[in-house]
Amino acid sequence: MRIESKSLMATLFAWWLSAPLTAMGMDIRIGYIQWVPDQGPVLSNVIPEPEDAGLRGAELAIEDNNTTGSFLDHHYILETQMAQSESQAQEALERMLDENISLFVLRVPASTLNAMADETEGKALIFNAGAKEDELRLRECRPHVMHTQPSYAMLTDGLAQWLNLRRWKNVFMITGPTDSDRAWAKAFRRSATRFGVNIVVEKPWTFDSDLRRTASRELPLFTQAKDYDAVVVADVRGDFGEYVPFNTWLPRPVVGTQGMSPVAWHRVVESWGAVQLQNRFRELAGRDMNGEDYAAWAGIRSVGTAVTQINDADIERIRDFLFSDDFQLAAFKGRKLSYRPWSGQLRQPIPLVHPRGLTFTAPVEGFLHPVTDLDSLGFDEAESDCRINP
Amino acid sequence: MKNLICTSLLAILVGISTQSMASLAYVSNEKDNSISVIDTESLEVIETIPVGQRPRGILLSKDHTKLYICASDDDTVQIMDLATQRIIGSLPSGEDPEQFALHPNDRWLFIANEDDAIVTVVDVQTKDVLAQIDVGVEPEGMAVSPDGRWAVNTSETSSMLHWIDTDSFEIKKNMVVGQRPRHVEFSRDGKVAWASAEIGGTVHIIDVDALEEIKTLDFKIRGVNQDKIQPVGIALTSDGRYAFVALGPANHVAVVDAQTHEVLDYLLVGRRVWQLALNEDESMLLTTNGVSGDVSVIDVESLKVTKSIEVGRYPWGVVVTP
Repeated sequence: MRIESKSLMATLFAWWLSAPLTAMGMDIRIGYIQWVPDQGPVLSNVIPEPEDAGLRGAELAIEDNNTTGSFLDHHYILETQMAQSESQAQEALERMLDENISLFVLRVPASTLNAMADETEGKALIFNAGAKEDELRLRECRPHVMHTQPSYAMLTDGLAQWLNLRRWKNVFMITGPTDSDRAWAKAFRRSATRFGVNIVVEKPWTFDSDLRRTASRELPLFTQAKDYDAVVVADVRGDFGEYVPFNTWLPRPVVGTQGMSPVAWHRVVESWGAVQLQNRFRELAGRDMNGEDYAAWAGIRSVGTAVTQINDADIERIRDFLFSDDFQLAAFKGRKLSYRPWSGQLRQPIPLVHPRGLTFTAPVEGFLHPVTDLDSLGFDEAESDCRINP
Repeated sequence: MKNLICTSLLAILVGISTQSMASLAYVSNEKDNSISVIDTESLEVIETIPVGQRPRGILLSKDHTKLYICASDDDTVQIMDLATQRIIGSLPSGEDPEQFALHPNDRWLFIANEDDAIVTVVDVQTKDVLAQIDVGVEPEGMAVSPDGRWAVNTSETSSMLHWIDTDSFEIKKNMVVGQRPRHVEFSRDGKVAWASAEIGGTVHIIDVDALEEIKTLDFKIRGVNQDKIQPVGIALTSDGRYAFVALGPANHVAVVDAQTHEVLDYLLVGRRVWQLALNEDESMLLTTNGVSGDVSVIDVESLKVTKSIEVGRYPWGVVVTP
């Protein structure tokens, strides 16, 4: 279908060479490092998570940046490392620093992120596209670390706002055994208090049998209680949670990490031009875009948006621009996104999705905030110890 | 079979009857794969015509006998004969056509291919593809200057206006504007162009001779979250008096003095107002409201919203015949 595109490209290219440019050609190199520790065996392993989640989003953002950059003589180059261990991830970081890369997107655990942040202070600008831990936005903030991945609290606040909207205010909560499960559950408890949801029963998940065969027998008994409006599951790695829906003692909806979930991104998001992003991603990756892909994409698009506007790839200038009023990220969530000046967290609406559809997009109208209703999601300035922009 | 004959007969009858009518508005319904036909006298939907998948941008041929329809998910531009209200053909549009603009020569159709970062130029008579021009990510808005010299494309994710020389089909100028530029409209005299930036919340007014921005407009509506003010469609009156700007999920149309660039008023319309069209004598402005699935009617003289007309799901584009 593409006609004359080669000769046209050549003509265009010739024109770029001859036309007075707004800048000398500029190379913007970005490092992407991923290290995901082994999650251990999970019961619901029917649909595995893609291993390149995050990486593919980064690649798409590089393509997007380069299409724009081609008109400004800006060239974006991605260096990637899919590490098999923490030490391999560290080595990759050192190697990339040696190669004078100073922009990074990291999908690594919180502890690794902190170690990498130590190593890059004053040398790099980092986008955290992996770790959701609230501590990173509450006490462990770094001036050179931005978070495009929503925190657990942002996700659970979105969910609790919606439970309040539906007046499903009494919930039965099941919490898994891992650190992530506990972090998610802790965030949800805070959200529940904040938005008027009562956790009437909370039970830890302790079974270790293969629920694919016995879910229908075990879960109804496990979820026995006098009454509740919904069941909330905290099972981040997807161990048992997929077997909770339709197996509860009472006929109640299941929400949380399974059932209907608050997410950064999901294939069912289609409004606000999202169809185009989904299509582009599918063409590139041959699969649907998820939250990790989206967070990596948003980090690199933040860089691209800044460089396009300021015509400079200096990390200090990029950082200044990202925190300025002039920065607005168009990221297919229906409104402009910006970074919280105290913690470097990207403000963003949170889609609430089930596997085949969008239920709602938080924030829920009516939860007011003096600055932006997006700050009704996650820890607000007054609740955070961080002040990365004094 | 009998039904089929009845339907065809009906179509012919309707075709004949509509031909004699005065002015009709055509509205593309993005999620209903149909075009709603509104009689602008009675302000009622008199016909709903099934078309290709995900119809978005629509426009009239210069003699108003044909309607061109971007059927985005069918990767084609359909041609509807307005006398019979039938699809009589299609044009090779490139992938995912969203918006387009017709050159004053009534032949060159400039089509933004949203998924491919390309603008395709098609000769509507020969159906030949004359050129494909690489543009930024998610090309969307298209406009051709009244003198035919410039075709302007907005690329949403690149936040640029690409000025394409229609002699050479080459880009002569790239202008970085606000985030997510959606739509461009030239003034009747061709001296200025207005471009909306949805996420930026701005409208950029550009001096066409100098190819320079002369003014950035922004909007504020009491009681409406600033983030929800997302300019999309623009309509300019030919006397240079008014510019109307659809503000998306702010559910208002801004009325701007096109000379002083002062915002005069905000008119409450349906939900997520998208595109706009004036009728021939410019006494009436129609708006498509995507989320509420209706068309608002604005009386230009009094600047009042007088009616809303229920159409299909997610109405997108609108044009009005004389």
